[in-house]
Amino acid sequence: MSLSKEEIDTLIRLIGLTRDDEIDCERCLTLVAEFAEQVLAGRSIPAGLEAVAHHLSVCEECCEEYEALLEALKAIDG
Amino acid sequence: MVRDNQTWLAHLGGTGPDQQAALSDLREVLLRGLRRALSHRAGGGEEFLEDVIQDSLVRILERLPQFEGRSRFLTWSMSVATRVAMSELRRRRWKDVSLETLVDGPDPATERAVNHHPGPDMQWERQAILDTMHAVIRNDLTPKQRTALLAELRGMPQDEIARQLGSSRNALYKLTHDARKGLKRGLEEAGFTAEDIRAVFTG
Repeated sequence: MSLSKEEIDTLIRLIGLTRDDEIDCERCLTLVAEFAEQVLAGRSIPAGLEAVAHHLSVCEECCEEYEALLEALKAIDG
Repeated sequence: MVRDNQTWLAHLGGTGPDQQAALSDLREVLLRGLRRALSHRAGGGEEFLEDVIQDSLVRILERLPQFEGRSRFLTWSMSVATRVAMSELRRRRWKDVSLETLVDGPDPATERAVNHHPGPDMQWERQAILDTMHAVIRNDLTPKQRTALLAELRGMPQDEIARQLGSSRNALYKLTHDARKGLKRGLEEAGFTAEDIRAVFTG
């Protein structure tokens, strides 16, 4: 099995970010609304939500959903 | 009607006119939010939106007991709806791609990584890291972990990998998390720290 340059770069980045304890996609979904409200309000991220920021850095799908959520919230709050 | 979190929960969790009114109001808010969030995405037209809103309302009602009140109810509901919408868009985009073909197909052209003019020491270290990574993938990961990791690196979304493996997205995340931990551990045991790796591949 060979990996392309892009695949190697992605894997190296992911390995560098890997922690023993990470929250999964379900837990991220439970917390991401609070996380998004903090971000949109310009508040700093409390320690309890740091795991969400980390999960978003390693999970492409949750990150994509989070970005869509920010857009959606601008529409309903704007 | 303006509702606080408790009122949303009471109305949606109840029956009768209050529930119907709450569902109707929630539907309108979700539609407004998703219309904007999906406006620049292919496949996110009105018919798609209608389907997704219906699925989202069902999902939100199912998940009501999991709402912890840590945000506004509408923000939480929108997070559920965006997951439903994005998952469905990804499913439609990838539904005809077979996991087997993606993983067992011809290997992509392997181009050894980054820095095009590394010194001999760095070139040696880079090759050693790649050899270790390949060895861990080959020898230490389970076949399922290998398949999931490779499919993810080749761009297939976790929802679709999970569907084709007969698993769930959450279980899939755990599978690839364990694979990443195995790779990290294997590299550390071979003497390569995260800092070494970053220095060699981005230096």
